[in-house]
Amino acid sequence: MSKLVELASTIRSKNAGVDHITFDILFSDPAAYEQVKASHVLTPERVAGLYHVAPERVVRFVTFDPARAIKFTIRRDQPSGSPGEGDVMGSQQYAPLLDLEVSG
Amino acid sequence: MARTSSPVTSSPPRAPGRSSTVSAPRGMALLSPTGHLGFTPIEEASFQVGVARGPDAVVADSGSCDIGPHPLGADEQASPRTWQEHDLRLIFTAARRLGVPMIIGSCSDTGTDRGVRQYAAYLRRLAGELGVPRFRMATIYSDVDLEALRRRVAAGARVEGLDGRPPLTLDDIDATTHAVAVMGAEPIREALRRGADVILAGRASDASLFAAPLLEAGLPAGVAYYAGKVLECASFCAEPFAGKESVLGVVEPEQIVAEPMSDYQRCTPTSLASHAMYERLDPFREVLPGGYVDMTACRYEAVDERRTRVTGSRWVPAERYTVKLEGAGRVGERALMIIGIRDPYTIARVDEAVAWSRRKVAERFRGPGYQVHYHIYGKNAVMGELEPVKEIRSHELGIVVEAVAPTRDEVAELANLAGRNFMYARLPGLRGTAGAAAFLSDEVLPARAAYRWTMNHVVEVDDPLELFRLEVEEVG
Repeated sequence: MSKLVELASTIRSKNAGVDHITFDILFSDPAAYEQVKASHVLTPERVAGLYHVAPERVVRFVTFDPARAIKFTIRRDQPSGSPGEGDVMGSQQYAPLLDLEVSG
Repeated sequence: MARTSSPVTSSPPRAPGRSSTVSAPRGMALLSPTGHLGFTPIEEASFQVGVARGPDAVVADSGSCDIGPHPLGADEQASPRTWQEHDLRLIFTAARRLGVPMIIGSCSDTGTDRGVRQYAAYLRRLAGELGVPRFRMATIYSDVDLEALRRRVAAGARVEGLDGRPPLTLDDIDATTHAVAVMGAEPIREALRRGADVILAGRASDASLFAAPLLEAGLPAGVAYYAGKVLECASFCAEPFAGKESVLGVVEPEQIVAEPMSDYQRCTPTSLASHAMYERLDPFREVLPGGYVDMTACRYEAVDERRTRVTGSRWVPAERYTVKLEGAGRVGERALMIIGIRDPYTIARVDEAVAWSRRKVAERFRGPGYQVHYHIYGKNAVMGELEPVKEIRSHELGIVVEAVAPTRDEVAELANLAGRNFMYARLPGLRGTAGAAAFLSDEVLPARAAYRWTMNHVVEVDDPLELFRLEVEEVG
């Protein structure tokens, strides 16, 4: 078992427009990319579970081979920068991904 | 723009405004110095390297929704004026010396009419100061007339919501303080056709700023819009990660070659491909006014150590031309109070302490106009409801009380009431009865007013220029 942080070269989150936060996990090592894809540690359902959101709030989940990347997007509870909202740019939402255990 | 030679392209660029049937379009080099003009200052060294390469235009976006709803709603800039003027001065001086167009979009962070006027006034002053020869400046305004929009919606026009939002309602418009329409390439192309040397655009889609001169040079839409997509964040498309360094894009009918102008970065197939997905939902499709860029068949090939070529992007025109509307509305005045907690007993029962504060607030303030949010740093202030860690592991907690109310007086009282009650929270068994909280200072900190995004919608238009106003003037 390895942790996602040991396999990926970039794990980031960022606002995508005012209503979404998008997550990118990029791999410089092609084998690591294939390993994570095959492990199914990242699926729309797993992501919804990890972040405790209803599955329909994970609005997009794609693998993107040219960048060796897995990408998913979560709809925000309220638009960026609303009162009570703590991460305008959505750039600190990726931390829970770091320690995900990947089999294989 | 009709230049006779260019050291970076094998053939001279074509003058804009001619039909592509006259002759095959040649390459064109665009210099992108920053992903957000004025947000932090442009790195000058790599910019000057780019200028020395003789680009055919210098293009920079100066705005974003990333900064939250306040700057648009309040119609204020988010960047220091000195940084904006630093960047404008650099680009203006270089572009006038080269004799090539300077295209700036989303002026002054939000692209409101204020931002366009502010940049135009600065450039008029600067031109006089530098004594540059006479030039033509276009200003393109994109503020939305809320009354006209209200009439349009009341008459039954459909304004679709983006990203899962319902269609625009009259209530949404009533809740909006300020709105802008996001222009595509067409208004900028019109300015180029009218001979503009300097274009200051209101809110504009980033990619369209770059696509406009390429389309005017006769280059195909597939590569033109894709070039804009790759170049709009400047050095974000290169590695290692760095902001505000210049990138040069050499665009030809079938390809774009991207090259960083800093000496320590590289544009690699991976760095360009990963940028295609940056702050977007979809790495295969970039939706813009009038259509989308299909990136499904893009091929990324290294030309050498520092440059990468991309081919295979396609432009798919939309059936109807739509323009995005961005709007923000004032929620109320806002105030903050900062509280620290060190007592492990209170930390373990922090939810009860918050509940106590809420109860005291509710005794005095009722109604939707009054909001208090408790940002508990050390617990879930950053991730809120998305935070999977439930157990508090910190030996101290910081609580930022954020209060919103209709007036300054009310919000000061509201924040004070919510904050001071951490001092008096009645937690059973508490030993430190002289006070269960540490105040950074016993005061309420005034904050900027609270706003929220009220519009993230698209409206159909008959003419891409319909929601924008173009003015052209001679300067100097």
